[in-house]
Amino acid sequence: MSSRDIYHEMIVDYSRNPLNFGKMENPDVSYHDANPLCGDSIDIDMKIDDSKVSDIKFHGHGCAICMACSSVLTEMTKGKTIDEARGISKHDILGELGLEHLQAVRIKCALLSLKTFKFALYTYLSREDSGSADSLKEEAAGLY
Amino acid sequence: MNIREDFPILSRTVREGKPLVYLDNASTTQKPNQVLDAIMNYYRNHNANTHRAVYALAEEATERYEAARDKVARFLNVQERSQIVFVRGTTEAINLVAYAWGRRNVGRGDVVVTTEYEHHSNIVPWQLLVQEKGAVLKYVPIDEQGKLKLDELDRILSDGNVKLVAFSLMSNVLGTITDASSIISKCKKAGVPTLVDGAQAVPHMRVDLASLGCDFFAFSGHKMMGPTGIGALWASRSMLDAMGPFHGGGDMIREVHKYESTWNDLPYKFEAGTPNIADVIGLGAAVDYLERIGMDSIRRHEMELTSYALERMRQVPGITLYGPASARERGGVISFNFADVHPHDVAQIMDEEGIAIRSGHHCAQVLMEKMDVAATSRASFYLYNTPEEVDALVAALQKVARVFKLV
Repeated sequence: MSSRDIYHEMIVDYSRNPLNFGKMENPDVSYHDANPLCGDSIDIDMKIDDSKVSDIKFHGHGCAICMACSSVLTEMTKGKTIDEARGISKHDILGELGLEHLQAVRIKCALLSLKTFKFALYTYLSREDSGSADSLKEEAAGLY
Repeated sequence: MNIREDFPILSRTVREGKPLVYLDNASTTQKPNQVLDAIMNYYRNHNANTHRAVYALAEEATERYEAARDKVARFLNVQERSQIVFVRGTTEAINLVAYAWGRRNVGRGDVVVTTEYEHHSNIVPWQLLVQEKGAVLKYVPIDEQGKLKLDELDRILSDGNVKLVAFSLMSNVLGTITDASSIISKCKKAGVPTLVDGAQAVPHMRVDLASLGCDFFAFSGHKMMGPTGIGALWASRSMLDAMGPFHGGGDMIREVHKYESTWNDLPYKFEAGTPNIADVIGLGAAVDYLERIGMDSIRRHEMELTSYALERMRQVPGITLYGPASARERGGVISFNFADVHPHDVAQIMDEEGIAIRSGHHCAQVLMEKMDVAATSRASFYLYNTPEEVDALVAALQKVARVFKLV
């Protein structure tokens, strides 16, 4: 992908003014992850009510792609049931921002927040039920 | 003669026909034909294991391997060739010292000192050591210009129990050239040994170990046009004699019995296993190449290029440059950031123009934390870079400013 295709209006705007950005008071679950090679670092906080992601926020720092994808992820998951939210795939995130053809070295920037989200959900689910969340953990670990 | 012709890779294009502008020399450098040919010639004509067999090939391989040690010793003005230990690179050299010297000489409550602008390779081995021994790691801080605050070193030394001061001769992020002679004379007065990380300095300026006066010195071949996977540790004779082995195995022993062994002479005591013969020979060829051009000419060329780059880059909208303001006080390394634009995005746009720069924390997260940035972009020069390449860099930086609406 050329930079003209990557750095379109939506990405540049989201990177400056990300949605759902900030820390949450008393979240039900939090998770932190980072890309050690590029330094992108994301925390996701969530509230879960009636098996729904009733609120989600992220904070940390990352490149424009990372911040824009984190915005999109939080918008996509907020209000969804846990079952719906855990079904969100990397194609959903990349597709939303027109990044399907992003080169391999930048994919991890785009998917860090999805990976963090899946780990957060796994952390929450595994508190109550040790079996059914395991696939989520594997999926998160193997995302990129 | 144009030295760029010695580097075949510099004439290739990238990203749909853009000429390659390679500005990531602080990370690794390109290799001239002379180095590539030396490696190929060894494998084609002389390949055999060193220090063992008596046949002709083995003798030729050993001669070439040991000739490279002589070249490195002469290059760094070292009298005793046996003080040059070949290792994989700076990282292994420092780990060797932390293991073989540190474990015998650092104990509970002792202090190891490093600086805030070190590469991870001069921090993490010391963290491992002090954690194991119950010792303490202290840092010489940097000032706003990116220079070490040496009065803080005085304070640390006077607090006592310091067993080692480890610092780099040139910062790989800020380019700052360390005032090594001040540090070493302070340490000598306090009776404290010093380890110098020469990875960034050796390729770019004259280094004279006889006059520097440190106790340990480490550097890497691949940052000075040599192959990857080879470097050297130099240490004073008394240190080398007092150190136990690092890796056990073949070549480092004198005699092996069922339950105990004795050690080979220096430097072989620290060169266990079949060495990286081809790349040692390649490193020797790189030394020949650098000596032919002359380290003073290389330094002069890079100072001119750095001055020009600093002057032009300062005019790019939204840019912040880090490190000392004058090219005299720094090597050809320029780290920068663009307002709120992440370095990864900067590097992506650069790449599209064929310009290879580094983005990230440069294996210096302690420094990034101090500078209060997550990452920086970094352009770094070598003897083959040109003012036209600086112009290409600046044009691409202006494009970043346009894409991110900083103009």
